[in-house]
Amino acid sequence: MTSKIFSTLLLASSSFLFAQGPNSLGVTPPSEVALKRGVPTPAKIKLKLPPGLHCNTNTPSDEYLIPLKLSFAPTNGLESTGVTYPKGKDETYSFSKKPLNVYSGEFELQASLKAGADAPVGPQVFNGKLRYQACNDTMCFAPKTIDVKIPVVVSN
Amino acid sequence: MRAVTLHLKTLSALALVAALAGCARNPASVEAASTVKSESTRKAAPDFTLKDADGKMVKLSDYKGKVVLLNFWATWCGPCKIEIPWFKEFETNYKSKGFAVLGVAMDDEGWEAVRPYIQQQQVNYRVLMGTEPVGALYGGVESLPTTFLIDRQGRIAATHIGLVSKSVYVNDLKDLFDAPAGK
Repeated sequence: MTSKIFSTLLLASSSFLFAQGPNSLGVTPPSEVALKRGVPTPAKIKLKLPPGLHCNTNTPSDEYLIPLKLSFAPTNGLESTGVTYPKGKDETYSFSKKPLNVYSGEFELQASLKAGADAPVGPQVFNGKLRYQACNDTMCFAPKTIDVKIPVVVSN
Repeated sequence: MRAVTLHLKTLSALALVAALAGCARNPASVEAASTVKSESTRKAAPDFTLKDADGKMVKLSDYKGKVVLLNFWATWCGPCKIEIPWFKEFETNYKSKGFAVLGVAMDDEGWEAVRPYIQQQQVNYRVLMGTEPVGALYGGVESLPTTFLIDRQGRIAATHIGLVSKSVYVNDLKDLFDAPAGK
């Protein structure tokens, strides 16, 4: 029960991101991830860009472009063993002669989370950082780094 | 302080409107018309001091008497890169008319990112490294490119948020060059 309330509060705080600025990337983390100590477990993170905006994929087409990147610092016995990024779409814009590999609309990342032997049993939050940089067809917005809070429940 | 806050809010609102409209806009199809404000409505361009690529401190007020194209940009900004060849051309063609382009790079990585890019692109105008306080003086500069055309009296004569067509700049600059000096 406590962990459900905890998860609901976290989701409510995450969805607040939808209302921030024209280039806000909406983040919906999983409501709760059950982690068995030592077992890597996938966690799906849904992302949504407002209409008309795109952001670079994790492997952008140009060395100067800023990739979307989700990272987790190991903490309290929790770690991420990798993030899987979806394939982007090759889109052409008025400002670029060659197509750019981008995300737009809704897309989903998958982080592999693992609780170590020293992770405390019970609910906690694993904090990630998501960096991205969004543009539309005529302008770009400053790169942003936002929090991604994933509620987890660790068991033996 | 209040004036700066209001200016910031206005620019943010403009950026939002432009952002929402931007996806359907092709800069090549934008009608070219001068967007220069009437002289009575122009406000003084906030002065600043920033470092150029050679480490020299540059003040905007040093350019008083010239028409200045002040362009906030970044190496990660695709639309900004369309404009750079235009600005290089303007710098060459209009220098004799008392004109200068000032590029203000807003890259967090500083000269490490900017210097190789401007060398690669053979940028012929002065590029300065931007700071947040200077961005704030110009309304927060939340989106790039953001370009201000400054008249010979140091006043903001036109503001362009986002990519506009080259002919808009050409027409704006023509208006500013044709204006009688010393007004």
